[in-house]
Order: sequence, then C-alpha cells, then structure tokens
Amino acid sequence: MEAKIKKATRHVNQNEGLIFEKSSPGKRAFELPLLDVPGGDPGKSLGSAYRAEGVPGFPEVSEIEVIRHFTRLSTWNYAIDLGMYPLGSCTMKYNPRVNEHVARLAGIATEHPCQPQELSQGCLKILSLLEKCLLEITGMDVITLQPAAGAQGELTGLLLIRAHHKRNGNPRKKVLIPDSAHGTNPATAVIAGYEVQNIKSDANGQVDLAHLREQVDGTVAALMLTNPSTLGIFEQQIPEIAEILHAKGALLYMDGANMNALAGVTRPGDMGVDVMHLNLHKTFSTPHGGGGPGAGPVAMKRSLEPFLPVPVLVEKDGGRLGLDYQRKESIGQVRAFGGNFGVLVRALAYILAYGPGIRQATEDAVLNANYIRKHLEGAFDLPYTRPSMHEVVFSDAIQKRNGVNTMDIAKRLIDYGFHPYTTAFPLIVPGALMIEPTESESKEECDYFIDAMKSIAHEAATNPELVKTAPHSTRIRRLDEVGAARKPILRWKPGDSSQSDKTTTHKVKVTTPTVPTC
Amino acid sequence: MRYLPKSPAERQEMLSAIGAKSIEELFSSIPEAYRLKKPLNLPGPYSETEVIRYFEARGQENSLGYSRFLGAGVYSHLRSVVTDTILQRGEFLTSYTPYQAEISQGTLQAIFEFQTLMCQLTGQEVANASMYDGSTATTEAVLMAERITGRRRVLVARSVHPEYREVLRTYARNSGLVVEEIAFGKAGTLDLEGLRSAIRDDVCAVVVQSPNFFGAIEDLHPIAELAHKSGTLLVTAIAEALSLGLLAPPSDADIVAMEGQSFGLAPSFGGPFVGVIASQEKFVRQMPGRLAGQTTDANGHRGFVLTLATREQHIRREKATSNICTNQALCALAATVHLSLLGKEGIREMGTQNLAKAEFTLGELEKIPGVRRSFSAPFFNEFAVEFPRSVKMVNAELLKAKVVGPYVLGSAYPELSKHALVCVTETTSRAEIENFVSGVKAALEVPL
Amino acid sequence: MAYPTNYRYTKEHEWIDAQGTSATIGITDYAQSELGDVVFVEMPAAGTQLTAGKTFGTVESVKAVSEIYSPATGKVTEANPALQAKPETINEDPHGAGWLVKITLANPGEVSGLMDAAAYEAYIEEKKKEASA
Repeated sequence: MEAKIKKATRHVNQNEGLIFEKSSPGKRAFELPLLDVPGGDPGKSLGSAYRAEGVPGFPEVSEIEVIRHFTRLSTWNYAIDLGMYPLGSCTMKYNPRVNEHVARLAGIATEHPCQPQELSQGCLKILSLLEKCLLEITGMDVITLQPAAGAQGELTGLLLIRAHHKRNGNPRKKVLIPDSAHGTNPATAVIAGYEVQNIKSDANGQVDLAHLREQVDGTVAALMLTNPSTLGIFEQQIPEIAEILHAKGALLYMDGANMNALAGVTRPGDMGVDVMHLNLHKTFSTPHGGGGPGAGPVAMKRSLEPFLPVPVLVEKDGGRLGLDYQRKESIGQVRAFGGNFGVLVRALAYILAYGPGIRQATEDAVLNANYIRKHLEGAFDLPYTRPSMHEVVFSDAIQKRNGVNTMDIAKRLIDYGFHPYTTAFPLIVPGALMIEPTESESKEECDYFIDAMKSIAHEAATNPELVKTAPHSTRIRRLDEVGAARKPILRWKPGDSSQSDKTTTHKVKVTTPTVPTC
Repeated sequence: MRYLPKSPAERQEMLSAIGAKSIEELFSSIPEAYRLKKPLNLPGPYSETEVIRYFEARGQENSLGYSRFLGAGVYSHLRSVVTDTILQRGEFLTSYTPYQAEISQGTLQAIFEFQTLMCQLTGQEVANASMYDGSTATTEAVLMAERITGRRRVLVARSVHPEYREVLRTYARNSGLVVEEIAFGKAGTLDLEGLRSAIRDDVCAVVVQSPNFFGAIEDLHPIAELAHKSGTLLVTAIAEALSLGLLAPPSDADIVAMEGQSFGLAPSFGGPFVGVIASQEKFVRQMPGRLAGQTTDANGHRGFVLTLATREQHIRREKATSNICTNQALCALAATVHLSLLGKEGIREMGTQNLAKAEFTLGELEKIPGVRRSFSAPFFNEFAVEFPRSVKMVNAELLKAKVVGPYVLGSAYPELSKHALVCVTETTSRAEIENFVSGVKAALEVPL
Repeated sequence: MAYPTNYRYTKEHEWIDAQGTSATIGITDYAQSELGDVVFVEMPAAGTQLTAGKTFGTVESVKAVSEIYSPATGKVTEANPALQAKPETINEDPHGAGWLVKITLANPGEVSGLMDAAAYEAYIEEKKKEASA
C-alpha cells in the first residue's frame, strides 16, 4: 500500500496558533552586534528596579517562525490589494507603493523631531509643500498638520472654534450636528466642552434649513457638517447654511471625510466653510493598515490663525524654515512632536503623483458610484433620490420582507469575494447599505460587484436562509460576539491550554512509506 | 494616470450606461458658482521616479551622517528588516479596521498578541489595541481615572515629559479638569513631600513617568501608597518602552500609559508612533480604544473579534468614553513583529547594551573637568549632566564634529539651563561615543 | 410575552411593580428584544437616591448601551446580584428574574400616573408601526 504523505497545503495556515504557543526556551530570532564597551552589572546599577528573570511568557521563536507566523496570519485578511472594499466614507483606494518607499528613505525615516532645525530643512520643506498643496485643494488660508487622525482633527477644529469665541467674550454652549453625522462628531463635541444638539435632515436627506434657522442663536458655537453628507449627497445649500451661521456669529465646521468627491472640482473654503479637517488616510491614499495610523490636518480661515496648535511652521530670514513655539493664543498641543510625519510624507507623494490631475481621481470616483447606483436601483431600495456623489446609500427594505437585513447581505457578499460595504450607517437610514467604490476600481471590478449584489438580491427573494447564514466560504464562520462581550478574554496567559484551538487535527502523521528500496 | 484603472472608452461606456452626456453632469448638484473652471495650482504630475527623486533630495537636507545623542521621548533602536517585510504585505498594509471579523482574523489575532505582549511587559491585566501615541495615551489615562473616581483634580509630576504635560493641559482646559504639578527633588525623581501636601480626596490621579523625562527611574511604591490612601489612582507614563525589558514592571500603577515607538518604529521626525493603555480588568469598561477579544465561531473554532465596542464613538456617540476612531494598528503590528523577533532573550540583551553604553558614556563625560551628573537616581539609557557652560554653545561646537548633541533641558526647565539630557542606545558605537566626549571636552576648552 | 397587569410602564420602556412603600424596577420585554443579547449591566449601589425621569444605570448589549430612567423617586435597597454573572437573565425573564433594582418609594402615589399594561401595549404597537413605515 502506498502511504500518502500530504505536503503542506493551504489548509496548514488555517490553524496557526498564537506566537506564544509556538515558543520554546532558548529560541531567538534577532541577534545584536557584540557590545563594544564594558559590560556593566544591571543588578548592581538598578538594584531592586532590575527585572532579573526577564519578561514572563515573552515569545521565544526563530526568524523563520516569525516570518511564517505573520505571513500565515496575513492570508486571513481581505485587503484593497486583493479587490474592492466598498466601505462607505472610508475611501478604500489604492495605497501607492512608492509612498511606502519614500517614507522609509534614509534621511526621512531616521530624523528626530528634537534635532536642530538647521539639520531638518528637508523635513520642514516637505511639511511646507504639503501645507501649500492642501490649502490649494481646500481653498483655506492656514493649516495645521498636527492632529493624528480625523477625530483628533475634529477636536482641534472645535478647540480652535472655542478659542475664537472665547476671545470674543463668550465661548458659547452648543454645537449643532446633523443626525446623519459620523459618531466621532458628537463624541468630539462633548470632549471639547460643548453640548450636542441634533439637527434633523429633511425629506431629501439634507440639512433642514428652516429648522436650522430656528436653532441658530447666540449660544451656538458651530455647526459640524459633512459634505457631501454621509448619504453621499452634496449639501447644495451650504452657502446659505454658512450665512445663517455667520449672521449669528457662529462658525461652520466641515468634516472633510468625503473630500474624495470634491478634490479638484470644488473647494470648501470658497463656499463659506470656516474650518475643516481632512483624513489623509482616506482621500489622500495613506494606508489603513488594519485601522491606522492616520492623519487629520485642520485647515481654516485666517481669523483662526492666532489659535493654531504649536509648533507652527514659519519661514525665517533667507528662506529657511523653522518651527515656532512662542504663540501666546495657541490652543496648545494635541499631540507631542508635531504630526504623524510618516503619514504626511505618503500624502505628499500621492499629491505629487497626480498634480493638477487630481481632479480625474475625483471624477472617476463619482463615475464609479453612479454607475453602481444605476445598476442596483430597483434591486435595492433607494431611500434618498438626490444625485449621488462618490458614494450611494441603499436600504434593506425590499430584502427585509423576507427577513434578510443589511448585515446578512454584507456577510453574503463575502462569499462572492468582496469586503462588505458599511452596514447600518448612517443612522437616519434604517438598514443602510453604504457603498463607496472609489476611483481605484476598474469597470470590470464594478461589474463583478454589481453582479454579486444582484445575485444576492435574488437569493434574498428566493432562498433567504442562504443569505442569513452567510458567510459560508470563510475559514471562520460568524463569531460569538455576545460571548466575547460577556466574558472578555483579552490576552493569552501561560499554561492556558484550554485556549488552544480545538481543531488541531490538521497535523498529519507521516508514516514510514512501504516503497521498495532501490 | 497609473493609479486609475480606466480607459477613455470605458469612461464613455459607463457614462452612457448612467445616461449622462458628460462627467460634468454628475457634478450638477454643486452650485455653478463654486465649480472650479481651472485646474488647481499643484506641483506635478510626477512619475514614480520623480516622486522618489524629490524625497531623496529632501533626505539629503537633513541630518544624514551625523551621530546623535538625543532621546527625550523618541529613541533610535535597531530594527530588523523582517518587520518591514511583514508590514509591507498587502493583506496587512491595505486592510481596514477589523469590523468584519470573518475576513480580518489576521489583524485581529495580531492585535490580540499585541495586547498580550503589552500586558506581559507592564505587568497589568488588560491592554488596548493602541492609542495615537504616548502623549495622548497619558491624557486618555487621566480621563479614564476621572471617569472611574468621579474626581476632577489631577497631580502631574513635573518630571513627566513636557510635551505630554502640554497635551494634557490642552485637553483639560475645556473639560474642567484641574491640573497641578508636583516638583522633582535632588535625586531627579518625584518630591514625595510635595505630593503628600498636595494630595486630597478630590484627586483622580497622580501621574508619574518612569524612567522620567530626565531618564531617572522612579520608585513607584511609596507614591502608590500615598495615592491609594486617599482613593487616588496612580497613572504611570512610559516613554522609553524598551526599559521594560530590563526594569521591573510598574505593577503598583493602576493605569499604565506607554509610548511603544522603541519597538520597531523609526523616529520618523515625530510619528506615526503607537500609544498603549494597560490597566486592571476591573477598569476595562472605562478603557478607551479598541479591544480584540477571543471567542469561538459557530463550529467551535477559536477566533477573535473587536469587543466591548459599546464604549466607542460609533455606538455611544456623545456618551462615548473617547472620540477615538482610527488607532495605530499598523504601528502596533510593527511592535508585535519586532518584539516577537527580539524575544525574551533579545529584549533583555538590548536593554543591557543600552544600560552599558549609557554608563560608559557617563563615565567618560565625568572625566571632563566641571562635568557632573545632575541627579542621583538610577537610570536606564538616558541621564542628565551639568556642563560648566551653556549647553547650546556646546551643541553648536558638537555640530562641527558631526554630532547632534543632547537635549537642552533649559528649554523646558528654566532652572536647568546648564543641564543636558544625554541618551545612548545600542545603536551608538564606541567610536561615536568617544567622538562625542572629545567633542564636549573641546567645546568646553574653547576660549570665551 | 404578556405584560403583567399589576405593573406600571414608562415611555422609556421600564416597568415598576409597586407594593406599598417599596417597588421593583426592570426593563420591558420590548426593550430587551430591541437591545439584543445583554452582555453587561451597570446598576447603582444600595442607598443611592433615584429621581423619577432621571437615568440611574445602563444595560449593555453588543450593539447598544441603553440608559435606564427611573420610573419613580426613591432609594435603592438592592440591585439584582444575579445579573453580574448572568446578564442574559434580562433577555430570558425581563419581567421577573431579570429585575434591576428594588427601591423604597418616596411618593408611593406617583406610580399610578404611569401607563398601565393596556396603555403600554398600545404604545409599543404605535412604535412598531412607526418603525416599519
């Protein structure tokens, strides 16, 4: 009998344990050059502060095990590099590889934020050029690159607004936020010390102007507006909205998360926006990396300049650049050491690659979204019929009749090889399907997506159970989130054999082959 | 354009399918007056080669070729090339936040491993999946203490990093949180008497950094005792995470706020870095940031999900524990890979080398007449020295020897105008140390 | 599930079972089904003062956290100890074993102003109609 010896196939990486479960004492992966100074005696120098036994449970593996472990883990992820990621308002576009290359260059990645400014002119020039480009794109006067993410940008923006009102004698009490807004907006307003007041959307999903007029008074500091809204619809009345606010001394803050619909076509600064943030990890292609890092620069009109966070990039004599920390009215610092420089480098590389042609990316993004909308109208309920920009929001109303909801449809989309769209947001559309293809999708990929969605709509009508129990093709099926929240297990512990994967049966026994010897 | 996968013919096809005559029609909802008639005034378009040349040229205008003795919250350490190999895998680099757990198990398991490593290092029971950086982690830790105790005063050691304190003040100014500072003593560590007189039962937290900004290692035990007596929490900030490879973990702390930049992240002119909050299980529901939890799927397989998300902004909105959305997932992955590579032996060896090189440097500096240690507390890889002349002047001379000198403590602590904060890591060679020391000696001998 | 006729109900979907000067408070079957599987409950300690109409704790599921509003003014005598280990009791038996707190009533009469079972059932029928409109 010929014994079958199975070589490692794809299934082997389906059961990769934790790095700690692969450890054995004495294995190591990274070696240091030998010490070239006298060795010293840590026990003596540090006394009781010395950790004599080393870190308990720390990994002990070889280099190849590290490579295999993380490579295997990576194969369990979906990614933009594999296919479309139609998450609404996330702008999952291509992350250009040249951006990764330049961020790692010697002389770029190696620089210390506290080193002398005269030895940092290269870094400061990068910051200066990025500032100029982002101001040109947004139509604003002044910008800070310090905030580490969109939410931090929002906070910075609100702190600037607060400082402005305080200087005028009264910080004011309230911030108005549309009910369609992203959750960071109200959370941020509270941290900035404001009360949140919700503004209703009208039947077209836009800010209800009459309602707004009633609500704006001397206690309102600002309105936080996302434009296009989270429905993907342009707030046509933004100039009127700005007027209503300005008449009562309030300011207009724009959440720039949806800038991918506007770059090169129009400029928020021209339309009355006073201050806004940008998400460089959205419109400007810096990688999401599983959830960050990002960067959230804040651009504003000249009147808010005195309150900029420090340090402020300034031009000195002879064209040299410097960082100014002496700003009496500054709101302070939202982060140590300036902004996420590595992310800023990537964003500038993206802008330089496009130049003025950045408009084409915006046009393609809007084209893709409208193409998808046209083909899925009818198969899915479209609650708001105003023109879509870079994203379109459907609802699960039709599929709900058979008990299939947006989450089920999203999970079934995984079986067709796509990452789900954004489910259940914005809150004003019950059972929302929020789809943003971005400009990085070819017509072919869009067609695949349309076909998949149409097929799922058909399944929801004829075989709803198939959709409700999806996904069927993934290594892991739907996970018990309730159990995870009731009894949270948030770390591995040594000696915790109960935690090892039950299905370790994929390790094949190699039996001695009974082939004749030569 | 190379990033756009459409031919002109395909664009036409798609427009026809939509029923639009031109792309301009799709922008008709933007008021005419605000639609741009001209292209933006931006540099480019650059080919890939030109993009690279632009940044290479900028890289030549910085500090390449100089040795460096700067720490002050950002540390140069050896990084394996393996880390970038993993980080650059498209499945890690270009994936999103793992909200759809079935197709994000790679990210989620890596986060779970990160959380575990942070607990092992800090001696705490739970750790989150990262904050923006150490400065915001420290601020968030204070806000967390505020939520837990319901108190509105916080005592911060003046030996905590000046920029961390500034970030805390920026957040506090609008929230009614009262921030007071506690002085440092002759040893360079927290003045216990100062703490004793300041502490009352309206203080939510005492914030101490260890090793502190001066590189001095704090004795947390008496500080914790004092704090706990009045129901106050101890928040310990850590800027040089590598110290935990050699130093006893801050188990006396109730909340640890750490900067993980030392674990596989280049200094990169200030960011992106990775912050962590670690604490006890009983406080987990007050902890900001994401958490990956272990669970099982319908077939009993182990898997991981984001959990306790109800604390976060996308559910609680104005009642959220924090407004954080994006974290630093890729940076946390870098730390996870780096620490897996270093391992138990490697992190201890790296820590030992840091200590040895710092001690050697101090020993050589003290041979120079007039140069002496500023403080007496033990240190890890950073220490303060006093020069008989201004540090700025010494640094100016050092630049001529292609050395980026130590941090000028006088810029953040006016009373320490002649003191310098010297950092030496495993990356600094003996030759560079000797060059630095002779440079300092020469600078101090320059006729006035 | 039937709504006990001797309970009274609030618009925020709490129920109160008043017996003389003491009462038991919980959330209704409608509330627990809207919330989904309960994972965690945060209730005040004995001795805490409650004010009618003001929030006094939270009930948390994987996807939402619900503030709980007190139907009456009074002082907490006991929070349900079983909910720490088994928060799912609220889903299984919201009107009985899933009770949240027991209190002494400051104004025993105030409870009669709340909806009775019939009025509450009519109220949630309206809510269901609105949701599917």
